[in-house]
Amino acid sequence: MSKTGFAGNKGDKDRSDCFVELELASSGGIRVALKSKVKFLYGDSIEALCNEVLAFFDVKHAVVTLEDKGALPFVIAARLEAAIKRVIRTEKEFLPALLTENQYETARDRHRFSRLYLPGNTPSLMINAGVHKPDAVILDLEDAVAIDRKSEARFLVRNTLRALDFMGAERMVRINQLPAGLNDLDYIIPHHVNVVLIPKCENAHQIHEVNNHILAIHNRLNVRSTVWLMPIVESALGIVNVFQIAGAADNVVAVAIGLEDYTADLGVSRTIEGTESLFARSMVVNACKAAGVQPIDSVFSDVGDMEGLQKNVMQSKALGFEGMGCIHPRQIKIIRDGFAPADQEINKAKRIVCAFDEATRKGLGVVSLGTKMIDAPVVKREQRTIDLAISLGKLDTNWKDTFNAEVQA
Amino acid sequence: MSKTAKLVVNAIGRAVPTEVNGKPVIPYKGVGKHKPEGRKYGPRIASCADFPEDGNKLVQSLRQALIKSGLKDGMTISTHHHFRNGDLIAVQIFDIAKELGIKNLVWFPSASFECHAPLTKYLEDGTIHHIEGSMNGQLGRFTSEGKMKGTGVLRSHGGRYQAVQDGEVEIDIAVIAAPAADFFGNANGVDGPAACGLLGFALADSQYADKVIVVTDNLVPFPCVPWQIQGNYVDYVVKVDQVGIPSKIVSGTTEITRSPDRLLLAEMTARFCEHAGIIKDGFSFQAGAGGTALSIGIYFAEMLKAKGMKARFARGGSNKYLVSMLQEGLVDYILDGQTFDLDGVKSMRENPNHVNTSPFTSYNYHGKGNFASMLDVVILGATEVDLNFNANVVTHSDGLLLHGIGGWQNCLFAKCTILPVPLFRDRIPVIRDEVTTLCGPGELIDVIVTERGIAINPLRTDLIERVRDSGLPVKTIHQLKEEAEKICGVPAKQKFEKEIVAVVKWVDGTVLDTIYKVSS
Repeated sequence: MSKTGFAGNKGDKDRSDCFVELELASSGGIRVALKSKVKFLYGDSIEALCNEVLAFFDVKHAVVTLEDKGALPFVIAARLEAAIKRVIRTEKEFLPALLTENQYETARDRHRFSRLYLPGNTPSLMINAGVHKPDAVILDLEDAVAIDRKSEARFLVRNTLRALDFMGAERMVRINQLPAGLNDLDYIIPHHVNVVLIPKCENAHQIHEVNNHILAIHNRLNVRSTVWLMPIVESALGIVNVFQIAGAADNVVAVAIGLEDYTADLGVSRTIEGTESLFARSMVVNACKAAGVQPIDSVFSDVGDMEGLQKNVMQSKALGFEGMGCIHPRQIKIIRDGFAPADQEINKAKRIVCAFDEATRKGLGVVSLGTKMIDAPVVKREQRTIDLAISLGKLDTNWKDTFNAEVQA
Repeated sequence: MSKTAKLVVNAIGRAVPTEVNGKPVIPYKGVGKHKPEGRKYGPRIASCADFPEDGNKLVQSLRQALIKSGLKDGMTISTHHHFRNGDLIAVQIFDIAKELGIKNLVWFPSASFECHAPLTKYLEDGTIHHIEGSMNGQLGRFTSEGKMKGTGVLRSHGGRYQAVQDGEVEIDIAVIAAPAADFFGNANGVDGPAACGLLGFALADSQYADKVIVVTDNLVPFPCVPWQIQGNYVDYVVKVDQVGIPSKIVSGTTEITRSPDRLLLAEMTARFCEHAGIIKDGFSFQAGAGGTALSIGIYFAEMLKAKGMKARFARGGSNKYLVSMLQEGLVDYILDGQTFDLDGVKSMRENPNHVNTSPFTSYNYHGKGNFASMLDVVILGATEVDLNFNANVVTHSDGLLLHGIGGWQNCLFAKCTILPVPLFRDRIPVIRDEVTTLCGPGELIDVIVTERGIAINPLRTDLIERVRDSGLPVKTIHQLKEEAEKICGVPAKQKFEKEIVAVVKWVDGTVLDTIYKVSS
């Protein structure tokens, strides 16, 4: 192995990150050269952290150069560990404390309207992600991380899962395409990840591979945690096999479609109208509904075009999708509000559900609202709208009391 | 004076000198506690007999005007900052002073910008003794490193008017660069290639300076109307090729922020105002020029539109967003202290409801009231806030001078003062046990909005009550500080040298805090 290891970022625009260079030496002890914009406040604690990490890995003689741009301690630790593991071979892991706030599991059927993608090697974008209240965050180890940074990103994502509070968002990680992605699991499964996104999924076998690997990790550590899967289909073959994928295992909760890769696979351009992907999108929606999982639409990549996004969300919802990826926090609100039932829809649902109650009370076989007959499946659909509105806080649990009072008045 | 002068502890617990640049000063006594007796400063009586009857006060050059004004060692020279980073005149004044071998001048600008960085060479060679105004960028660093001969004095816009009016600062020569002027000295900011809207920051200078020079690149035949600066105060008029660089004059932050974190702060601030009952028909507001503040204006506009209401007046800095609110009838009047873009300039020129103001009308604390305290809500920035809601706006946490005070201190008198700030900036926590420099007493600061929660000053039980059931994330300031420290770690206490490099004046001229040399 080389004698010099490095990790992290030090570009002009990099913030809340650091760059670590470590050179093993044969004598002289530990020498830390710290250049930091926060040295006057945290210089001593940064040096103490460096010494603690180096001691943990039994590094006794080394020169460490740390160029810091306000990195939080868990970031510094991840960078230093990544640099160390370029020069020494060890199974040990320096883990920051797992926040109690991060030890939650998520329900299978929670809504997943807005999921914010966060590049897995860019701490500055992660730190405030939770305050924007996405339904989920996706720490991305795949396309958002350069090939030569894959290794250091794993340490950062691992530490982030443990030490950064995402304020109740579902914590997702997009692993790399299999088989490389299987190794990513070792860095995330023990650290309370809620959902694993499997990119470029093409068959059920890949789901089983991921599950087998998770099981092996669980057995090795003698722990059990609920880990949901969200395969992403983004090829012609994946689309053809999407029902098989959606139903491959009990822990698949959703299937997402990735249109950039899919249109590339077809050899066509991706358009705003999306005619070229209508078949694929309908296929995903239909397969997911058949398998009882959530269909999730592709991201909208123009972060400046809010009107285009809104239109896209409306089309997506009309096709039957139940959520979309976000690549910028500004997209969250539009996506969440778009997929959430509108006030009009909620009002209609209220009237229909109450009419159904009324008919049941009177022992009538037929539900009607005004002159219109209401079929049973319609009632079922409207009840789902009501449940969703309640879970989003748009409707009170006791809404029937006030609604009936209003109607009587 | 010795830069390690005798210190006393003032009413807000800060150690301050009793003498600055050889003159005695009064330590801060508390909000509204210092009421000087006596009369205002009076400039010399002039006689028309000494001025040309035809009204023509033109002289050949700025150099000649300065010589005629009697420029000599130790004088105080004032300039205004309406040209912001496009100012071409201030540096020329000191180039001339240098050529003439003049020493120990005091520069008294209403604010400084990066374009004034060349003045560091005159601070080094003794042409300029010290600056009383704002010290930003390179000048700030120079001052913070203890390289300035004298002690810097930082004042608010209102405090600057007060200091001139009360005779704390006697301006020997005021140089007023003007986008339009006539030979008599009437001048305005609305016309000409360097149009900047208004010249309010130069009002005190014109009224009280011993000699007043108007410099313009747009000499119009008498009368120059509107005469925002009255020629009757003016000694000499100089025509030059160019007074300012237009693109840099109106380059203030005129775009709303695209930063999602700042947009969130803006949205939370606007929602707070809504729940606190501040946004109602006929209310008034002021938001600064930063991207966050601009965005808050946009949220206000949306809320007013949705409710079918309008504001009675908004205080500028104006920009295209505020102007469009005026045009759409969402606000009746803009009472404007400076225009940040060409839309603001045009509106001030053409719309009678877009009114120019001055630090006298808006901010002067030693007047019979001012506009700032009449505002329903003001939204300001800060670099640090302490557990008593005291805030810092002039230094970084590392002690480096960063900003001038601007109208910030004066605005604190609004009925509700809100500071939207991030909980931490690249690991540097904003809420601290103690601020590095105290610029605003906490008793005047009502609400701190951060992305992770909103802290309301316990003195404002009314606001606390009004937002109780709003669903807004209201926390105590202690909770916010702990949250920041949980994420960033507990910061060490900064160390500074003993040498004083500047003092911060309060709006009444008393000394609020001391700024020390940064350790190298």
